[in-house]
Amino acid sequence: MVSNPAEANIVLSEVEFEVVGKRPIRPDGVDKVTGRAQYGADINLSGLIHGKVLRSPHAHARIKSIDTSKAEAYPGVRAVVTAKNLPFASLSKEDLGGDYMRLKFASDHVLASDKVLFKGHPVAAVAANNPHVAEEAIKLINVDYEVLPPVLDVLEAMKDDAPLLHEELRTTSLGETSEKPSNIAAHLRYEKGDAEVGFAAADVVVEKEFRTAAVHQGYIEPHNGTAFWNTDGQLSIWTSTQGAFAVRGSVADVLRQPVSKVKVTPMEIGGGFGGKITAYLDAIAALLSQKSGAPVKVVMSRVDVFEASGPAPATWMKVKIGATKDGKFTAVKAELSFEAGAYPGSPVMQGMMCSFGCYDVPNGLIDGYDVVVNKPKTAAYRAPGSPQAAFGVESVVDDIAHQLGIDPIEIRLLNAAKEGTRRIEGPVANRIGLVECLEAARDHDHYKKPLGPGQRGRGVACGYWMNRSFSSSLSMTVNYDGIVTLIMGSVDIGGTRASIAQQTAETLGIAYENVKPTVVDTDSIGYTFITGGSRTSFATGWAAIEAAEEVKKLMVARAARIWDTSEDDVEYADGVIQHRSDPELRMTFKDLARQLANTGGAITGSANVEPAGEGNGYAVHLVDVEVDPETGKTDILRFTAVQDAGKAVHPSYVEGQMQGGAVQGIGWALNEEYFFDDKGQMMNSSFLDYRMPTSLDLPMIDTVIVEVANPGHPYGVRGVGEAAIVPPMAAIANAINGAAGVRLNSLPMTPGNVLDALSGDGQ
Amino acid sequence: MPGVTHVQTTINGEEVNFLCEPRQSLLECLRDVVGMTGTKEGCNDGNCGACTVIFDGRIVDSCLVLGVEAQGKEMTTIEGLATPEGLHPLQQSFLEQAALQCGICTPGFIVAAKGLLDQEPDVDEARVRHWLAGNLCRCTGYDKIVRAVLDASQKMK
Repeated sequence: MVSNPAEANIVLSEVEFEVVGKRPIRPDGVDKVTGRAQYGADINLSGLIHGKVLRSPHAHARIKSIDTSKAEAYPGVRAVVTAKNLPFASLSKEDLGGDYMRLKFASDHVLASDKVLFKGHPVAAVAANNPHVAEEAIKLINVDYEVLPPVLDVLEAMKDDAPLLHEELRTTSLGETSEKPSNIAAHLRYEKGDAEVGFAAADVVVEKEFRTAAVHQGYIEPHNGTAFWNTDGQLSIWTSTQGAFAVRGSVADVLRQPVSKVKVTPMEIGGGFGGKITAYLDAIAALLSQKSGAPVKVVMSRVDVFEASGPAPATWMKVKIGATKDGKFTAVKAELSFEAGAYPGSPVMQGMMCSFGCYDVPNGLIDGYDVVVNKPKTAAYRAPGSPQAAFGVESVVDDIAHQLGIDPIEIRLLNAAKEGTRRIEGPVANRIGLVECLEAARDHDHYKKPLGPGQRGRGVACGYWMNRSFSSSLSMTVNYDGIVTLIMGSVDIGGTRASIAQQTAETLGIAYENVKPTVVDTDSIGYTFITGGSRTSFATGWAAIEAAEEVKKLMVARAARIWDTSEDDVEYADGVIQHRSDPELRMTFKDLARQLANTGGAITGSANVEPAGEGNGYAVHLVDVEVDPETGKTDILRFTAVQDAGKAVHPSYVEGQMQGGAVQGIGWALNEEYFFDDKGQMMNSSFLDYRMPTSLDLPMIDTVIVEVANPGHPYGVRGVGEAAIVPPMAAIANAINGAAGVRLNSLPMTPGNVLDALSGDGQ
Repeated sequence: MPGVTHVQTTINGEEVNFLCEPRQSLLECLRDVVGMTGTKEGCNDGNCGACTVIFDGRIVDSCLVLGVEAQGKEMTTIEGLATPEGLHPLQQSFLEQAALQCGICTPGFIVAAKGLLDQEPDVDEARVRHWLAGNLCRCTGYDKIVRAVLDASQKMK
């Protein structure tokens, strides 16, 4: 494979650029290493008071009454609110018509009206002069509950006689709505060819059931929301979110306000991974502000974060693959049942789309079920739905390889999706890089090196995420000193200020240091979709390129005016504006910038885009493990992550995404799990008991960035944030199988579960 | 306010006086009373390390120290590392090695790493991983953080 000599871990690069592909210091870096960056909880406003939320102690109960009188009378308390303060309480079913259920779910998720549906469900909130007083006051609120039996498992919830979470909920099944209420919100299906015919033609068929536990995104910064509802009706919100416009939309929705009455300022965000899209606290802070007349800050405790923000769903899955004796897949089938949590909306559809996204299969049938249970409403978590599905699919692929005696990378290469492959849900792949990733893994030193002594095994698995686009807005202004100020709506979670500034500088032909990016509030830029879905460097990058192209045109027009010539005589190349025929007439970007003041003023380019052409993302991971037969503990000895980035705009942050995704996957594989007792109480809602990987648990995570350019982007960019969390669980399960001869079909693969499997008790 | 205590302490070399309630943690006092928000809260129960400060020469989770315990002590917080002349080598290495993504854990990691390098200039990967095991990062997988600390240790020699 072709390697860039300066970047040993980047392969297949076809084009080199001046700024894109380099590793500059991020623009927000100094503030973040010195403690000056302002995250959501760091905000202080004149007259700020503090809110606390009273949460349900029960997983499932009817609210009979709420008495807030003692809390309201408590010294220092400034406001108390319940669901009665939400507009939904005064709207009738008739008022809302077809929107009734959706708004009820949205409002009840903010503050429960008639029922609580998970331990931690908000029922009331207090604002007080200091957070300790608010904490004391919420304990004085008396809620009378009628406790109901909880439903805590996806398969139990699907039974006909299961207790119902929502009496109004009907199943939407393949376009039809059921008569009977049910916990199954939706049944979806994708189909290609005829799976039964394909299985009949197979020499080997493997079918297995899998389970995965609920896991949390685990961002270190707890949710927060600060609101000030001014007497003129303008509501301002400061919050840590992946999408200021998403918060604006959901707050305006539940408070029945026009979106333009709500201004959301995205503060620096301390991790999200999909978990900071839902607005948990912002509407509560707004209600408390409305009632008290003061700005109100609400911050979750870590227990609140675990119990009441969205984990990724627990799942039950059945996966079946048939293959010829040569290893060619003839048919695939999957059934995915995902826990949505308290309200419908698990990522089961994305799980279905991704399940066989790595393979070119002639026949496939995928069914998915979105099922409500008495657990916190699930939220997106990095490639939502794909990691669970891949755990099942990539384990079965490995079993087929073993049965047929085929190398696990070779069987994947034999069946790999490539340009022109039609996926089961319909779309046909553009130029994609899975084959190149598999080849890079196969050719890597890691794959060739012997494992060494001990109970060691090596596992491999692939992962797919479609990558997203959606809308982005951005504008840039050329200042008189030649510095381009760039304002955007995309929140920066992990280096997108840098990656967008790089694409801007590249397009303008100027130095990276001359671009100064800022993330702004919802009044200051056009609608921009969340930072998520691996979309930002792609879609907001496109916006930057389009806005920069506009700037170039305006710079050419200005030069033409200064030189008193036609615009057609002027060209812009590599940051220099010059006359096409007169070599004397030539200005650098900075030269022209200095002349803007007296020739018509500043130049601004802007773009609102929703680009097509997002390029699918693929990852392949290799892992070596050692299993201790005495304790069942699995150690990660070596890990190599390979991923097609299209073009790595900032290779260090691409590596960071690959490493971070891999390590979240390692945690998901080996340790992480929501433990509930039979009453639906989470038993491990702290970082001590919900065990995320530490530096001591891990080796360095080697990376190989594959650059198969995305034809849908000027620099070939694909998203990179998500595919990296997809392969680790199956890769580690496959490695454990190699090390200890046991196939674990359930996550996490804790020492106890491995020991059970070794003694034949588990699974 | 009942039971409010006057605390006189030294933060980043400067004498600081504040009033606090006995129930307030040092973390809360730093952030909400003194107004130094560089020290972050991730869990408030000593498990994530985001609130790490150097307290009389030892690294501690400031959420597990009471504000009143700061009386007469000397501490270093993230705000105390950079000088008007420039960044501390650890801060520079974190930037150069891209050892942060969201950055919320970064102050805790840098302060914890300073606690290590102040005592032990010669460190290897295993020692860094062991020392930093009390600090959680969810973005990076630790690879680049460990490299940044090793890089800074070389620069500081």
